[in-house]
Amino acid sequence: MSSQEISEADLPHEQATTHGTAVAEHPFADPGLPPHKPRIQDIDERAAKRSERTVALLFTLSMLATIGFIASFVIFPVDKIVYVWPLGHVSATNLSLGLTLGLALFCIGAGAVHWARTLMSDEEMADDRHAIEATPEVKAKVMADFADGARESAIGRRPLIRNTMFGALAMVPLSGVVLLRELGPLPEKKLFHTGWSEGKQLINMNTNEPLRPEDVAVGSLTFAKPEGLEESDHDFNNKIAKDALMIVRIQPEDIKDKRELEWSHEGIVAFSKICTHVGCPISLYEQQTHHVLCPCHQSTFDLSDGARVIFGPAGHALPQLRIGVDDEGFLQALGDFSEPVGPAFWERG
Amino acid sequence: MKKLSARRRHPLAAVVVLLLALAATGGLYAAFAPAGKAQADETAQSLAIEEGKKLYTVGCASCHGTGGQGTTDGPSLVGVGSAAVDFQVGTGRMPAQQPGAQVPKKKNIYSQAEIDQLAAYIASLGAGPITPTEKQYSPEGADIAKGGDLFRTNCAQCHNFTGEGGALTHGKYAPSLEGVSEKHIYEAMQTGPQNMPSFPDTTLPEKEKKDIIAYIKTVNGDETATPGGFALGGLGPVSEGLFGWIFGLGSLIAVAVWVAAHTAKAKKS
Repeated sequence: MSSQEISEADLPHEQATTHGTAVAEHPFADPGLPPHKPRIQDIDERAAKRSERTVALLFTLSMLATIGFIASFVIFPVDKIVYVWPLGHVSATNLSLGLTLGLALFCIGAGAVHWARTLMSDEEMADDRHAIEATPEVKAKVMADFADGARESAIGRRPLIRNTMFGALAMVPLSGVVLLRELGPLPEKKLFHTGWSEGKQLINMNTNEPLRPEDVAVGSLTFAKPEGLEESDHDFNNKIAKDALMIVRIQPEDIKDKRELEWSHEGIVAFSKICTHVGCPISLYEQQTHHVLCPCHQSTFDLSDGARVIFGPAGHALPQLRIGVDDEGFLQALGDFSEPVGPAFWERG
Repeated sequence: MKKLSARRRHPLAAVVVLLLALAATGGLYAAFAPAGKAQADETAQSLAIEEGKKLYTVGCASCHGTGGQGTTDGPSLVGVGSAAVDFQVGTGRMPAQQPGAQVPKKKNIYSQAEIDQLAAYIASLGAGPITPTEKQYSPEGADIAKGGDLFRTNCAQCHNFTGEGGALTHGKYAPSLEGVSEKHIYEAMQTGPQNMPSFPDTTLPEKEKKDIIAYIKTVNGDETATPGGFALGGLGPVSEGLFGWIFGLGSLIAVAVWVAAHTAKAKKS
């Protein structure tokens, strides 16, 4: 319908013919499309045949590559490693599957492109859009219908119906809001507590044995978990995400922060391993500078100065665990962390 | 025999018996005791210390002081142990070429014999970690999976999960572990060179060090397979994404441009 409404004079190739005069009166007139030129395949039937064969060859190659894909899936054992220059020692299955599937897809694409470029019609055509705006008669009819409907429904004369309807519509979304409560249990005070408490021994993550102060040498780095937490526990990963502890030993005279020294045991300090920025495990410890670097966003903490933030986006120092030695000479916690570990949150204060 | 037993009550009999007994004991001791070898060992040891001291005076004393006591340019070497010397000199880090954020590894100019002499001298200054024997660091029969666990807990934060290395603060870095010998990996864990923390046997026992070495040699050895082809530094999605965006998308764009730039018309214009 729309194309019938456009007058013949507006069609692009019509304009193209009146090109010469248009420039004088209308400097920005659409110059239209250049005249169509034929391809060799349009003129020479033998060239067209050649193109046809090329396209068919590409599609056949694709078929062969797919057969090769299936064959290499069947032939190569999954763990076969071969040396291929310059890739090195690679899996035979991965390499052959990738090459054959890649070739199969590429040949389909290349065949389609070659077909479209050499054999399909390449006559340029232009088709103008029709106007979006409705005619004045249609607009008037719609407005009149709407006014009729509003009058017949008597919404202006019966405010009781109108108000209760608005009330009902406003209330309905509340049921969806209430259902959000089913997303999971409330966090309650979980973010404020960890698995550490007074008297819990510091268990070496490597040996699964409790640590003695003499085990921890100056300049060494050890990771610990609280006594009673086993790697086989079903919720081990959730627990260790809060409990993970980083233990280093610093010469007591090098510790600048008074509270840190008080909470240490002969220079052995225990800090949370969870970055206070977004909770990455942080343990890139430099034993000469006592700096700890977070691998995610380069927050840097100074372990010799209360794990103060000296660089990066972290908002506060790493929480320190107060430690001491129990009757049997093992390192033990003297309570939970005094502040929540890990990233800041709204109610943290 | 009769003559002998007749004189058994002679006043000098006791003296004769005592002398005979002493001679027998002395003779047996001389025959069985490794006295000569011990002496030779001790001489070799003191000779090594003597030679090591000479090497030290030439190569190290300018920074570490004439007696290894340390200066403003280099730390004290008292108590660092022979393992630290074997690592630092064996990997070419020491003697350092110039001061900087971190001393890099370079070509080692000392023979193993000279390194052993230097190590003997430094070890004589104070007790420290001893150069490990092959039995200690050989990954033969170690638990590779456990080593992977331990590596990811203790080492991967700096050295990357397959030991490719990574950056630290202010120009310092954790070096790549590719091509580092088993002995040097063991010594690094034990002594904590430069800014690397140490992992002494008390917190990371010898067996677990072996497991870690076995894991490193499996994921980052000469024969390590990379099933997918280019490992691209083993850095994970960052380098792989960069490669995909630049070379993958780049070649697609290049093909598209090539297709559009070549007209199919019979008469070129």
